[in-house]
Amino acid sequence: MTKVDIVERIHENIGITKRDAAMILETVLETMKETLERGEKIKISGFGNFVVREKRERKGRNPQTGAPLTIKARRVLTFKASPVFKSAINSK
Amino acid sequence: MTKSELIEAVSQKLNNFTKKDMELIVNSIFESIKDALARGEKVEIRGFGSFRVKERRERNGRNPRTGEEIKIESKKIPFFRVGKELRDRLNK
Repeated sequence: MTKVDIVERIHENIGITKRDAAMILETVLETMKETLERGEKIKISGFGNFVVREKRERKGRNPQTGAPLTIKARRVLTFKASPVFKSAINSK
Repeated sequence: MTKSELIEAVSQKLNNFTKKDMELIVNSIFESIKDALARGEKVEIRGFGSFRVKERRERNGRNPRTGEEIKIESKKIPFFRVGKELRDRLNK
């Protein structure tokens, strides 16, 4: 499933044009990206939480060559699915 | 940011839709992702990330209270991987 299929689904469910559905989907995604960029978490009830985590610099190794290297401090995004989401996937 | 705050923020950017409509549309977006995963499909949202189902194997555990050995059934969990654009934006 890609964005095109989500647009299709909104169009069928709500009855707005695909063009409007696509515009809204893009705006939702952009708003979420801006929020996460600020380091703010997003909680979608019934779906899950997106949390930005700060990782410290650490030492690692190139798994191919074994050469030691420094993994720089960075921000990663984690998603934790809500219990509703988890049970939707496990039912049937 | 909660789901209602997301709906509010998107409604302010696109003021030709009512809040009620926006609520239905945003719900429809997250529902369609959830449904696709429940069907075992993968969802790829370019620039944002992808969702897929990961399977946790059946394993043996113990009841921490009684020490009794129990079988923990295999289960599925939703898994999210951040997309390149968003990962770069989090780290710029």
